[in-house]
Amino acid sequence: MSEQYPALLVVVPLLSALVICVAGWVNKRLCFPIAVAALGVAAYSCIGLLLRVLDEGVIVYKLGGWDPPMGIAYYVDHLNGLVLSVVSVVALLNLIASKKSIDQEFPDKIGPFYTLYVLMVTGLLGIVVTGDAFNLYVLLEIAALTGYGLLAMGEDRAPLAALNYLYMGTIGACFYLLGVGYLYIVTGSLNMVDIAKILPSLYQSKAVLGAFIILMVGVWLKMAFFPLHAWLPNAYTYAPSAASSLIAPLVTKVMIYVMIRFILTVFTPEFAFNILAVSDSIVWLAVIAIVMGAILALAERNLKKMLTYIVIAEVGYMVGGAWLGNRAGMTGAILHIVNDALMTLCVFLVAGNIVYKLKGYAFDDLKGLYRKMPFTMTAFTVGVLSMIGVPPTCGFFSKWYLILGAIRAEHWFFMGALLFSSLVNAVLFFRIIEIAFFEPFTDHHAHGHDHQPEPIDEAPLSMVVPLWIVAAALVIVGIYTSDIVTKIIQFAIPEGIL
Amino acid sequence: MQMLVAKYNYWIYITLMMIGLYAMIAKNNLVKKIVGMSIFQTAIILFYVSIGAKRGATIPIIEHGHGEGHGAGTHMVHAVDYINPLPHVLMLTAIVVAVATLGVALALAIRVYNRYNTLEEDEILAQIREK
Repeated sequence: MSEQYPALLVVVPLLSALVICVAGWVNKRLCFPIAVAALGVAAYSCIGLLLRVLDEGVIVYKLGGWDPPMGIAYYVDHLNGLVLSVVSVVALLNLIASKKSIDQEFPDKIGPFYTLYVLMVTGLLGIVVTGDAFNLYVLLEIAALTGYGLLAMGEDRAPLAALNYLYMGTIGACFYLLGVGYLYIVTGSLNMVDIAKILPSLYQSKAVLGAFIILMVGVWLKMAFFPLHAWLPNAYTYAPSAASSLIAPLVTKVMIYVMIRFILTVFTPEFAFNILAVSDSIVWLAVIAIVMGAILALAERNLKKMLTYIVIAEVGYMVGGAWLGNRAGMTGAILHIVNDALMTLCVFLVAGNIVYKLKGYAFDDLKGLYRKMPFTMTAFTVGVLSMIGVPPTCGFFSKWYLILGAIRAEHWFFMGALLFSSLVNAVLFFRIIEIAFFEPFTDHHAHGHDHQPEPIDEAPLSMVVPLWIVAAALVIVGIYTSDIVTKIIQFAIPEGIL
Repeated sequence: MQMLVAKYNYWIYITLMMIGLYAMIAKNNLVKKIVGMSIFQTAIILFYVSIGAKRGATIPIIEHGHGEGHGAGTHMVHAVDYINPLPHVLMLTAIVVAVATLGVALALAIRVYNRYNTLEEDEILAQIREK
């Protein structure tokens, strides 16, 4: 059974999505359990795979028994074993946490929503597990198309924002496809490991350089790397909360994984860092991304939109860390994929709980929230401390590695940008905490009860418990950082990077 | 000039791509933008299809099956005689993806039209600003 895990984690959600679609016609209440079961199997397979990789090393799974490079092969190593586990666990937790808000926001579209949700997770897991460059494109589009649908189910501006995302996402995917096309012209192969074997003799070729640039631009568009980020804030803000807390933590992180996979496996660090002299300029772009993300977040008076700009700044962290070209920076970037997925999930789940109870997330709506929703806001505080980077939460440790990498590479501006962004995060979040903790709750409808203490009106248990699990995970991952780095991430980075 | 003529397939795909990109950036009507996006995707499909072609080659169907008529294993298959089918097969998938994207985009455009009663982007933005 366990040797079939790589196929199961894609096939089970894929087929379940179809089953959910049909079940939605029969009885809406069937959809949720099927979705949970499907993602549960996926998460179980992913974690099982990670444990097997830790024991045995790289796992190669040949789909249909065809040998690579002719057939499609799934490769699972330490890097994507880790990312797979994070993606599947985050998707499962968010699914459980969001059930009530899905029931509340669109009771008549439950079937389609769960279908899209599970299909999207299929796409994301497939992107991470596949070892074939074209297969990755197809799964990328599965994840993207379902994502447009999920985002467009939101409030009034959502369809327009999703349409703008669709233009940019399609250009990004097309650039990726074009880059793969150039690689195919020069190597005649689509298998990532096979391409990496053929490429070294072609490093001087202009077509390889072109492929690399086009691929990177495509991936950057998809991950909203700063000058290409314009689609992200509106698309994520107006989305339904269940969709934004799935997409915001995972899509950008998975695209970072794709970038790192192409640097490490396909083009090899030797080509990316030494032969191409671009890493310095890309780190500079990351510096601009971090600073601009922080400044744009400062200008927002709306919780969810502010969080989207923080997502953009965090993308800058990871791109910059990966392109520093040393071991500490790469470790920081990979560790930050894990940590940022959890942190973003935590704060977006909080936003979801707030929307569930208050129907609004502008700063003025948050007054007196610590008294009204104490459990949600406690978890919010943990998530916030992690985003700022306070030990022992996990956000501190990935920032620590990124800063170590910046010092090793002597890139002082990147270090400065990281510290600046932490500082801005502190300002941003303490402003919210101040509003929510000290200002009295003002109900727009009932003016008679001004002086009575606000009764506790917490989100339902099924939303609070997963949120607390995530908040606890932030601390636990922080405490076990050294284990994650020495047992997993260390093996994910090739020996060549010092 | 030599470069233009010898590599004309690349020039055509780049031109088409730029037409699509121009429509996506400069056009005001949402449907025109979506059509621009479709042209953009088609350009890349054309690029892939063109790289599979070879001069003087035929479709990749082997006329004499292995070991038929010529004795076992004596009939050699020369790859030069056949066009490369792989890019074409890949593009079947890409066409499906392009159609799906077009469908989703048009569906979203309908949602936008129902909400704002127009497909002109400047009028939609004006309505959003008014609120």
